[in-house]
Amino acid sequence: MTGVLGSTTVDLARVQFATTSIYHFLFVPLTLGLGPLVAVMQTAWYRTKNEQWLKLTKFFGTLFLINFAIGVATGLVQEFEFGMNWSVYSKFVGNVFGAPLAVEGLAAFMLEATFLGVWIFGWNRLSPKVHLATLWIAVIGTWLSGYFILVANSWMQHPVGYKIVNGEAQLTSVWALVSNGFALRAYVHTMLAGLIFGSIIVLGVCCWHFLRGHDVETFRKAAKLALIVAVPVTLLQLVVGNRFGEAVTSAQSMKIAASEAQWDTCQPCGFSLFQIGGFTKDDPTPSFSITIPRLLSYMATGSFDGQVQGLNELQAQEQSKYGPGNYMPNVRVIYWSMRVMAYAGMLMFLVAALGAFLYWKRKLERARWFLWSAIVAIALPYIAATAGWILTEMGRQPWIVQGLLKTSEANSPSVSTTWLAISLTVFVVLYVTLLVVDFWLMRRYATRDLGDEPETPETAPVPGY
Amino acid sequence: MDLETLWFVLIAVLWGGYFLLEGFDFGVGMLLPFLPRDEKQRATMFESIGPVWDGNEVWLVVAGGATFAAFPGWYATMFSGFYIALLLVLVCLIVRVVSFEWREKGDGPGWRAVWTWANALGSFGASFVWGVALANLLYGIPLDSNGDFTGDFGDLFSGYTVYAGLAVVLLFAFHGATYLTIRTSGDLCRRASRAAQQLSLAAALVGGTFLAWTVVVAVDRNDKSVFPPILPAVLAIAALVLAVLFVHVGRSGLAFVATAVGVVGTVATLFTSLYARVIVSSPDFGNSLTVSGAASAHYTLKVISIVAAIVLPVILLYQGWTYHVFRQRLGGGDEDIAPGGAPATAPAEPTV
Repeated sequence: MTGVLGSTTVDLARVQFATTSIYHFLFVPLTLGLGPLVAVMQTAWYRTKNEQWLKLTKFFGTLFLINFAIGVATGLVQEFEFGMNWSVYSKFVGNVFGAPLAVEGLAAFMLEATFLGVWIFGWNRLSPKVHLATLWIAVIGTWLSGYFILVANSWMQHPVGYKIVNGEAQLTSVWALVSNGFALRAYVHTMLAGLIFGSIIVLGVCCWHFLRGHDVETFRKAAKLALIVAVPVTLLQLVVGNRFGEAVTSAQSMKIAASEAQWDTCQPCGFSLFQIGGFTKDDPTPSFSITIPRLLSYMATGSFDGQVQGLNELQAQEQSKYGPGNYMPNVRVIYWSMRVMAYAGMLMFLVAALGAFLYWKRKLERARWFLWSAIVAIALPYIAATAGWILTEMGRQPWIVQGLLKTSEANSPSVSTTWLAISLTVFVVLYVTLLVVDFWLMRRYATRDLGDEPETPETAPVPGY
Repeated sequence: MDLETLWFVLIAVLWGGYFLLEGFDFGVGMLLPFLPRDEKQRATMFESIGPVWDGNEVWLVVAGGATFAAFPGWYATMFSGFYIALLLVLVCLIVRVVSFEWREKGDGPGWRAVWTWANALGSFGASFVWGVALANLLYGIPLDSNGDFTGDFGDLFSGYTVYAGLAVVLLFAFHGATYLTIRTSGDLCRRASRAAQQLSLAAALVGGTFLAWTVVVAVDRNDKSVFPPILPAVLAIAALVLAVLFVHVGRSGLAFVATAVGVVGTVATLFTSLYARVIVSSPDFGNSLTVSGAASAHYTLKVISIVAAIVLPVILLYQGWTYHVFRQRLGGGDEDIAPGGAPATAPAEPTV
């Protein structure tokens, strides 16, 4: 058992890691999703030579770059933090977990960072074709990067292709690692989330300009593109999210049971849409709940008659397997994070579908109630992604690597509470400042007129060779 | 060479690449408040590193990732032991990263001055702390038998390690100045040349004595013979001496090559002095982490070796290509004619 001091250190390290990674993931999915949309815009300009597409490319490209900068800056923190705060973890997993991180840097991030630099400054130095290619290569880099990061993360959720030697995990099959079913599902789920970010935010920004009545013709093109992406991906995400739930059920039964606040094993199981109470062992029955019969069985197992194990039974199983201790995550947090994510996902589908309907009826630009809704909906992907990662990471507790290493035993012994207090304070102050500036800049550039780009090197007239 | 040694060499190469590339963009960053005549020249300085700094910084990301994968024990002890130092590096790098993208996007001279200084201080701070941190790997930090750091933040500062920080700052500033002399034209280029001349003696003197001191530390504290660490040290010192000569006779291309060799030679000296340990433990030398003790198992090393063998040459090709694309000299605030007869590119004054 860790002492009081020890547990404070672990708690602080957890708070810091949670803060910095949630923050990092406010920017990453927009990079993943806005990148391909801007690339499509530039491709449209390259093909049609229609100046409207060029204006849109530069307009949304600027938003993409403001966002990308913080993503890069905060990504470095993530890479350092494993070693800084979780040295026992790092030694334990380095053989397996380090490889996809190293490959991400070599094969993906290098591509993304290098070619994006060329794209930003290459407008007049490269032929339009090569210049367009640099953006697509950078986008491929961001998507590859996401894959390797999720391979690493999924190994923490569902370890595969390893053996334990001298108390450390060693890789035995790189193929098992990269084809981990959990990772593939997590990858599809996350990339769809990225596209949802990109399309919902482009849609929201277009709607703002429709409200103002400026550049309506041009922004209609971007809104159409955003809707073409948003409708299928928000719908697909509901299906994929559900399928992902099945993978979690088999790898992390406890996470699913907690996300449903399901204390006792059931068959068939109803899905609780909303409930009051029922989140602790002493109070397992909600005082009020709305439940859809059999839906949980279907979501967790793919069959309407499936059995879902309850928290109490799983706790007993884990105790007999790993010894005494509490193997349940915080049920209340997990239950609500799952619902916040799912409901935000459904709302986004609704926004996309309504938008598409209005566009089809040629009423989109004048439906003020919808335009305002779409602007407010910009917040939804952020809420959904944050809730999703809280579900994924807090739902794995008390484990840092499912079934292999506990979070409470994985932190750096050499890092004192004082050091942690300093670093947490520094990160919070720095990150809040950056967020304020970023929000101000994003709003400023998202609401300005088309063609008002600053005369940065990106747009400055430079004679070619 | 076994795979463990190969990866030690590769990580040294990655740090070398990082210092070589980000070294000059840190250098340009440090000179931002002092070197240019006006905002226009300052914008040109930003543009000289704008397209490439991010690609340069990835060398650090890869060095970190490679250390994690190939030497988990090294990664775990170094990153947790240097906790506050790395926190400082992160803060410096973060404010610097956003300064590139945000500087042009706000209003007025005050806003731009904030990000100019953010970039300069970030560049200075990161250079200094990296110097201190890498020197500590060799100078020795207190480790227990488990390989965990038992000291405090203050233990990272000794005469030698602070001198290392100073040396790296001066080398990068010099390297940045020689970079500007080959990437700019006109008045800005003349100013860069003057800065390079002014920095050259201090950088060569401090850099040279640091290299000699490093060989002494390797012998004293890491049980090494003078040979082989003396080889890269002599090479680096020779390069720095040549760099002083070249900047004074106006051979800017050769001067940049010389500062590049000086910077890479410094990293090579540190890592040659460090081998076959990865972190020296002091006072309990027996607790030092070694290449074989901190390394991953053979299978992991084989996997990442194959990936690196395929990807590294490709990286060198495409990063080389980016430098080719942006090879043209940038205007120095006056309408010069760049070499080759093409009009120099004069980036317009930001009008936001």
